[in-house]
Amino acid sequence: MSYNSDSSVQEIQEVHIHRDDFGSKMGMWLFLFTEILLFGGLFIMYAGYRYLYSDGFAAAATELDVLLGTINTVILLTSSLTVVLSIVALQKNNKQLSLFFLWVTVLCGLIFLVNKYFEWGAKFHHGIYPKGPALQNMSEGEVLYFGLYFVMTGLHGLHIVVGLIFIGYVMRQIQKDVITSVNFQKLENSGLYWHLVDIIWIFLFPLFYLIH
Amino acid sequence: MENNHLTEEHNDGHVAEAHHPSYGINILVWIGLLSLTAITVAVAGINLGSLALTVALVIALVKSMFVINFFMHLKFDNKVFKIFLGICMLTFIVVLILTFFDLTFRN
Repeated sequence: MSYNSDSSVQEIQEVHIHRDDFGSKMGMWLFLFTEILLFGGLFIMYAGYRYLYSDGFAAAATELDVLLGTINTVILLTSSLTVVLSIVALQKNNKQLSLFFLWVTVLCGLIFLVNKYFEWGAKFHHGIYPKGPALQNMSEGEVLYFGLYFVMTGLHGLHIVVGLIFIGYVMRQIQKDVITSVNFQKLENSGLYWHLVDIIWIFLFPLFYLIH
Repeated sequence: MENNHLTEEHNDGHVAEAHHPSYGINILVWIGLLSLTAITVAVAGINLGSLALTVALVIALVKSMFVINFFMHLKFDNKVFKIFLGICMLTFIVVLILTFFDLTFRN
C-alpha cells in the first residue's frame, strides 16, 4: 500500500509536465551507441592495418602537424566545457549566460573546422589526397594510413557540422523560451552529442598525430 | 522493510535530478583534461618504442572517462546508462579481438 501511494505521488508530479525527459535522454544515448559502433568499426580497421603495416603507418604519421592537432584538441575540450557550463547556467535560470556559453561553443567548432580546412588544404597542396600524385610513390601502408586519415577525420568533421546545427537549433529554442531552466533535456541531448564528438577526437588525436 | 524499499525507490528514481549544477567541478575537469593533453603530447616526444601506443591509449581512455562521467553526467545518472555503455564497449572489444584472431592466425 505504502509503495502504491508513493508511486501515485510520483505520477501526480509527472502528470502536469507532459513530457518524458528520461525517455528522451535514453533515446539520445542509444543513438550515441550506434555512433560509437560506427566509429568503432573504423578504429578496428585502423588497428588491423596498423598491425599489418606498422612501418608505413609510422612513416606517414610524421607528415601530420602535431601543433595543429594539439590546438584542435584544446579547442574541442574547451567547447565541451562551455556546453556543460551552458547547461549549468540555464539550470541556474541565467538564460543570457547560457546562450553566451553556447556561442563560445559554436565559435570553437567553427575554428576547429577552419583549422581542418587549412590542414587538409596543405595535404592536398602536397599531392596527398585519394588517388593523389604523392600517393603513387608511397608504400601500401602509407596509402592506407592517409585513406583512414581522410575518412575518419572527414566523418568526424561532418559530425562537428551536425553538432553545430543541433546547437544552433537549441540556441534558437532557448531564445524563444521553449528550452528553459525546468525543460532543458534538448540542450542536454545536444551536449551529449557534442561530448561524444569530442571523445572520438580524444582517440583520433593520439592515433593519427602522436604515435610515430 | 517498507522503509528500505522506499529509500531504494527514491535513489533509483531521482538521482538524475539530485546533482546540483555547479561551474567549479566542470572547470576542474577541463583543467584536468588539458593537463592530460599536455602530458600525452610531451610523452609522444620521448621515444618509448612499443610502449608509446599503450601510454597514449591509456591517457585517451582516462580523458574519455572524465568527459563521460562529468561532462556527460553519467556519474550522476541512472545506472542503466552505465550498463548500456558497458554492453556497447564489450561489443566493440569482442569484435576487435575476433578481428585480431583472424589477423594473427591466418596462414
